[in-house]
Amino acid sequence: MVKHDDALEAQFAHMVEHDDALEAQFAQWRTWLRRRPAIRDSDVEELEGHLRDVVEALRATGLDADEAFLVAVKRMGNLDAVSREFAREHSERLWKQLVTPADAEGAPTRIAMRETIVVMALAVAAAAAIKLPELFGYPHIGAGDGLFEGGNVYFPNLSFFVLPFLAGYFAWKRGLDWAGWVRLGLAFAAAAFVVNAFPFAPAGHTWTLAALHLPIALWLAVGIAYAGGRWRDGGGRMDFVRFSGELFIYYVLMALGGGALTGFTAGMFATIGMDVEPLVVRWMLPCGAMGAVIVGAWLVEAKQSVIENMAPVLTRLFTPLFAAVLLVFLGTMVWTGAGIDVEREVLIGFDLLLAVVLGLLLYAVSARDAEAPPDAFDALQLLLVFCALVVDAVALAAIAGRISEFGLSPNRVAALGENLVLLVNLAWSAWLYARFIAGRGPFSALERWQTAYLPVYAVWAAFVVVAFPPLFGFL
Amino acid sequence: MNISKDLVAASAAPLVLAILAEGDSYGYAIIKRVGELSAGHLQWTDGMLYPVLHRLERLGYVEARWATAESGRRRRYYRITGAGRAHLKTQRRQWQVVDATLRGIWMKFSPAPQAGRAPARWGLEPTW
Repeated sequence: MVKHDDALEAQFAHMVEHDDALEAQFAQWRTWLRRRPAIRDSDVEELEGHLRDVVEALRATGLDADEAFLVAVKRMGNLDAVSREFAREHSERLWKQLVTPADAEGAPTRIAMRETIVVMALAVAAAAAIKLPELFGYPHIGAGDGLFEGGNVYFPNLSFFVLPFLAGYFAWKRGLDWAGWVRLGLAFAAAAFVVNAFPFAPAGHTWTLAALHLPIALWLAVGIAYAGGRWRDGGGRMDFVRFSGELFIYYVLMALGGGALTGFTAGMFATIGMDVEPLVVRWMLPCGAMGAVIVGAWLVEAKQSVIENMAPVLTRLFTPLFAAVLLVFLGTMVWTGAGIDVEREVLIGFDLLLAVVLGLLLYAVSARDAEAPPDAFDALQLLLVFCALVVDAVALAAIAGRISEFGLSPNRVAALGENLVLLVNLAWSAWLYARFIAGRGPFSALERWQTAYLPVYAVWAAFVVVAFPPLFGFL
Repeated sequence: MNISKDLVAASAAPLVLAILAEGDSYGYAIIKRVGELSAGHLQWTDGMLYPVLHRLERLGYVEARWATAESGRRRRYYRITGAGRAHLKTQRRQWQVVDATLRGIWMKFSPAPQAGRAPARWGLEPTW
């Protein structure tokens, strides 16, 4: 009796083993099918159901699991050909579509619905926030002599109309704990206090500098919210870099669309003799500009795994072009023996150049496979960074010669500081890049350096906002 | 006998619609029915059936819905629509013209090859 049970058990165990193996084969087949962009999950389910029907029918005729599976797969046909047929039938699927997550039937999931509602509410809140100062008797944002005039409440506070909502969106989405919420709130409150309570001279230099640097400093707060708990980790920071680049590109695209919309609005109403310009300037432009940041951030979040990132593509296009321009510039300078004519704006111009080169480097790094060996593009990247360093060194030498003549104004110190911050990053990047190309170091060292350096920009910006005004007597 | 690819492709849509006109069905059952109707002569690659079904769905000739079969697995069932039946009618007329034309010229050749199997051509005639 015992013996009999053993035999039965062994047979049963064999069957289970067989079924497990069969399930593993189904799983493998499923994964293989899922890789094809023209075949959706619901199609995979349908095809797998078919495969299972065939396997069941074949096993009922006495074939064992392996044989049945092999025959069923063979009958299913060449998957490349099947996938080509699917692609012909659903050619739109090859154009990756930006859609909110949907279940197999195509209906948006409840989580996605809730997120849409939260995002829309935040976008409306940001759009309303820019109108808030008018409730307190301030003129609207389009009024007066412009943003940079003294006493303009919008210019130094621009960050607060949108960034708290953006940070709030990510804090909500990443499930930040209450301590994190408190820290974010404190950071924004402290920043708001500094730019509004300091006794700035009307339209003073330190006031302008603070207003310009505040968004950079607060962008770090957004980054910490974005990364959730992963800010300490290089991967989380790199994701924020990618996010920032994509958001910028989406924002520019939305701004183009918004421009077309306002143009049509003004033009159409003009044909019926109505001047809607005040409406456009007071409502459409400022509210749209604020809400678009939130909507753009949401789009970037929704599409991150769907569409290839644009920033690295642009980097690929412009790295060779910038490298060529810098090389020609250096060559011309050497050839003609011309020095850099140190004007007031020269230093800021070179700061911007370094920032662009750094951006090209950063987005190339963000998209590069750290395991891949060095290639020609890496050499080009190094050449670009090297040229930028040389050009900047030449400019700095020219400026240093006349720095005593200029004196140390807040603007000049800020521009010099920025130059230094970028120069240090690029010089060390060039060193790490050269080591990598020479095969003496890993690419990940460069990646780590870039992500570790991110807070430096924000700290410098915060320094300009908080320390410059007292240092220069609120000039 | 192997039917040429072009003929299989051309006959796929009317055949699927005709089978669905018999009653709602799902992929595997449709393939099985094709095998029965053609006495095994029409061999479809199983995977190719689904793009055809999806095309018919997009054109509005069939509707699909997911339902749980008695086996507990989810299956996608297809049902022919009014538009599908109308399309099937025109298809049928077209195929009859082709068939009649060919039959006319076949008659001039004698003896007819496999004359006994003539009604089972395409495996469709008996069910319509």
